[in-house]
Amino acid sequence: MAKVKPRVKVPRKAEAGEVITIKTLINHKMESGFRKDKKTGEVIPQKIINKFTAEFNGKPVFSADVRPAVSANPYFQFKVKVPESGTFKFTWVDDDGSTYSTEKKIKVGG
Amino acid sequence: MRVTRRQALGLGAGATAVLIAGPLVAPAIAKGQTADDAIKAFTGGAEAKSGKISLSTPEIAENGNTVPVSFDVESPMTTDNHVQSVLVLADGNPRPGVATFHFSDMSGEASASTRIRLAKTQNVIAVAKMSDGSYFMDKRLVKVTIGGCGG
Amino acid sequence: MGMRVISSTAAKLVAAAGLAAVAAYATVALAGPNDNELVVEGQKFVTDVPGAKDSPIETVYSGWRFRNEATQAMQLDDFDNPGFTSVETGEQLWSTVDGEAGKSCASCHNDAAESMKGVRAQMPKWNEAAGKPLTLEHTINNCRTQNMKAKPWKWESNQMLSMTAFIGLQSRGMPVNVKTDGPMKAWYDKGKEIYYTRVGQLDMACSGCHENNYGKMIRADHLSQGQINGFPTYRSKWQKLGSIHRRFKGCMKNIRAVPHKVGGDEFTALELYVASRGQGLSVETPAVRN
Repeated sequence: MAKVKPRVKVPRKAEAGEVITIKTLINHKMESGFRKDKKTGEVIPQKIINKFTAEFNGKPVFSADVRPAVSANPYFQFKVKVPESGTFKFTWVDDDGSTYSTEKKIKVGG
Repeated sequence: MRVTRRQALGLGAGATAVLIAGPLVAPAIAKGQTADDAIKAFTGGAEAKSGKISLSTPEIAENGNTVPVSFDVESPMTTDNHVQSVLVLADGNPRPGVATFHFSDMSGEASASTRIRLAKTQNVIAVAKMSDGSYFMDKRLVKVTIGGCGG
Repeated sequence: MGMRVISSTAAKLVAAAGLAAVAAYATVALAGPNDNELVVEGQKFVTDVPGAKDSPIETVYSGWRFRNEATQAMQLDDFDNPGFTSVETGEQLWSTVDGEAGKSCASCHNDAAESMKGVRAQMPKWNEAAGKPLTLEHTINNCRTQNMKAKPWKWESNQMLSMTAFIGLQSRGMPVNVKTDGPMKAWYDKGKEIYYTRVGQLDMACSGCHENNYGKMIRADHLSQGQINGFPTYRSKWQKLGSIHRRFKGCMKNIRAVPHKVGGDEFTALELYVASRGQGLSVETPAVRN
């Protein structure tokens, strides 16, 4: 599998109290646990992103508990009301225990 | 041992009985909870009323692997009055759970979009849990086309 | 032998039923491409052009026009387009040194935005040294083995798809413009022959669906013209990008034919011919389809 790489889209700046749209996408196969190996006939074990979280300046603002019914390359779009300048941190948790994260700064006002 | 035709038929009937019984028993174990069970677990038995939450999905999904789904819940999203979480289910999938989204007083709006897998034509259900302990639900039927083609 | 006769008859019946279904749907006529405009990041794409003088189709349409709005929407925004994760991987690979020569693509070709501009639009292209037309995949692997002294990538590998997506993107919005004359003529003719030759248990040719019945429904699928201006394409069915030859192979399997070899001369000729049928359409790489 290709290297897992998160993509996020956060506006660079916003007005204080503005509700902004954030888009996230991570390349991940989201192996559902329902597929069988065509050659061996054995069920391929589940391996998905099971949790996504978004924090702003260390405070959780949005999260998702994810099941295998979320498509490959999970995509989440959501809103956040930004009170001040700061940093978003986005984290994806894989069934195998690895986590992928990325940060984005936003400038509010000025 | 010589198997008579009658015995063979009996055996066949037995085997058929097992085959019939199999699926009746198996799903309870394999599928676990149904969409209704999942809703009850989420609401703690409280009624999920219609209104407040609106779900949007395509009427027809050209492929069940990537079905765009989004929802929007009416709420001032203040500390006192906001949407805590939204449960999304697909009632015809082998397992109905899709995702649970958690919001905060910083969410501004309780809306989200994602892309989901639908194994066949079925209902997508979204249930919102409000901070006052009330629940609201919306449901949309999505027709999943199983192509005659599509290589 | 008896079985063979039966199965062949059965196959014909299935084929007849299939065509009858096509015909039945044709009268219901959901029909035709839709009129939506493909605009990405302010860039307008050409998704229909008049067919060339000798073209059997009046108007050439991009496959995007045959998709429903939910599928179309995924290509309207580069962030929403899941093919772009591979483009980013391709961009990294572009400047990653590989092979005994200690080179990356960038060592010779520098900035892909300059050097690779228009490349996708002209593929497959005649290669004098090889004495035949090469697809983008062939060209990349030639560079890897001859100039970088690196191992060739597998046709459908993530690296190859990422690279063809990244290189293809540099031609996005440019019109498909393959050469079909000179030494390419024989390959064009060969591709054309493959396009119109009925094969497989269902005894169908490419033209049966993509020329004679595009716009109609084949069971639940809305048939396109089978244009290849968006490859590698992200397909929901594949849940990832896939190559033109993978798509050809899938089509051949559907008509229960033995597919030609991926990367082989037959598919290269077919790629050239099919590309020529889409002359003038904008390159959409990486497109999104169902």
